Amino acid sequence: MNTLTPSEYLPEKSADTTRFTRNFRAEKFDFWSFFFSGLTGAATWLIVAILATILLNIGINGWSAISWHFVSTIPKKDFFDANTTGVLPMIVGTSIRVIVMTIFVIPVGVITAIYLTEYAANTSLLTRIIRAAVNNLAGVPSIVFGLFGLGFFINFVGKNLDKILHNTDAVWGQPALVWASLTLAVMTLPVVIVATEESLKAIPAGLREASLALGATKLQTILRVVLPQALPGILTGGILAVSRAAGEVAPILFTGVAYYMASLPSHLSDQFMDLGYHVFVLSTQSPNIEQTRPILYATVLVLLILTFALNLVAVLIRSNIRKKMRSMH
Amino acid sequence: MAEITMPKMNLPGTATTVSASAPLIAIENLSLYYGASKALKNISLGLGEKVVTAFIGPSGCGKSTLLRCLNRMNDLIDNVRIEGSCKIGGHDIYAKDVDAIELRKRVGMVFQKSNPFPKSIYENVAYGLRLHGMKAKSELDAVVEKSLRGAALWDEVKDRLHSSALGLSGGQQQRLCIARAIAIRPEIILMDEPASALDPLATARIEELILELKKEFTIVIVTHNMQQAARISDYTAFFYIGELIEFDTTAKIFTNPSKRQTEDYVTGRFG
Repeated sequence: MNTLTPSEYLPEKSADTTRFTRNFRAEKFDFWSFFFSGLTGAATWLIVAILATILLNIGINGWSAISWHFVSTIPKKDFFDANTTGVLPMIVGTSIRVIVMTIFVIPVGVITAIYLTEYAANTSLLTRIIRAAVNNLAGVPSIVFGLFGLGFFINFVGKNLDKILHNTDAVWGQPALVWASLTLAVMTLPVVIVATEESLKAIPAGLREASLALGATKLQTILRVVLPQALPGILTGGILAVSRAAGEVAPILFTGVAYYMASLPSHLSDQFMDLGYHVFVLSTQSPNIEQTRPILYATVLVLLILTFALNLVAVLIRSNIRKKMRSMH
Repeated sequence: MAEITMPKMNLPGTATTVSASAPLIAIENLSLYYGASKALKNISLGLGEKVVTAFIGPSGCGKSTLLRCLNRMNDLIDNVRIEGSCKIGGHDIYAKDVDAIELRKRVGMVFQKSNPFPKSIYENVAYGLRLHGMKAKSELDAVVEKSLRGAALWDEVKDRLHSSALGLSGGQQQRLCIARAIAIRPEIILMDEPASALDPLATARIEELILELKKEFTIVIVTHNMQQAARISDYTAFFYIGELIEFDTTAKIFTNPSKRQTEDYVTGRFG
């Protein structure tokens, strides 16, 4: 067999020299490509525009009314007076109810997610029922959660607690910080469950196998390998839950929020004032809308900042954990 | 009772023949079903102590499945049913009173894809030790070092024991997984294609290591690489579609197999 030279095995040069010399410009304007890229871009920018409008409107109108006095004062009964009012009790109430909710919702949500992903057989009827329940829970209107909280937590749990503790006056069987927090916890449970489940599922099967092959029990594997890995995802669930809960008013309407309180809540069985509900009160109950408008804007701005701050805490913890996971020592 | 295939060892230089009467691992008439499909068909096989046995065969022949029977990793999969028996040191590992957790302490495993925990190098090796109750730092330090030396990794990592295991190269990660496995002193180490994702140099290091480990451990290795099986194993079992076709000394399998199918496979005519 004799060797071929390149000129023998390469195809002959094309006579058509225009093939590569002509420029690559499209021959005609592609309308549909242009249209759809424009449409998708416009839809995306619409979101940005809406958000910017809201934030700018609130920021500009609210900023001027915010002062140290405003955020540090417990208002008198007539809190529609822009010069003397403050929102300290609302900041405290909203913060505490969100924090207490987080303390309840994270463990329950995480444990449920662990059961669903690590223990339950995927195809069993029970698992399917639980999953359907979680998904439907996420779709229940928030006012229904409020009514549930009133019926279950206050009228059932609270009243019975009073009976057991022999309280002569209603202590637990009335709207309270703890019931509002628990109602919010029930509402945000699906968010935490789904986020945790996703992060558990994302952990490579190889890590679980490695642990089990070393003679670890399932529980040891979950506690030592799976959960530490899932922590950022769990915190994401917490962040979403906090975001959702901070601004919700409907679930706390019957379960703990007060129109007015002369002092800060000091006990979990106390009622509390709330930023979101206060916005509603300011905008519907004011005797003089024009005078109330600046403090209404300012209250909304405080609510936004508070929500952002609560999120920021979780985001910082999460990024700290991620950094640790990357650079372990 | 099924006959246990245990060939006489007649390689030069290996005068100590493994007793044919009591192999360390005795698999008898083992069948495994995934749901209704039978993935392993009446496998009978006896594996000796402190030798390397290679399982070879085309993909889907059941060699990994059989390997995972030996530390009951198949238990973790739904719908798996096992018939027949598998004895290690005379004890049926599928008997009702056997704790798979205890079994896995004695039968370690190294996986195809290196799977170090996202922890430090030190913590990876110490993981199994801590699980089984070792707490004293001096003791942990000693075993971690010994295991890393045993896995021929110590010199490369001794200065960064507390940095992430994920920063190691693929070959180093796999040797770390071996160190992790040997740290808890199993008797048997199962290796599921431990070098298939590694480059030739890293593969060579793993192979050297296996030959070294054989002095202390019984090793069963699944491999797709026939040269690898020939280089490192004392015995080779050839599987095809769930059946054990032939089991013999590696020398015999690769030079003078008794079955036509084996010959076709090891010479590369199919598979």
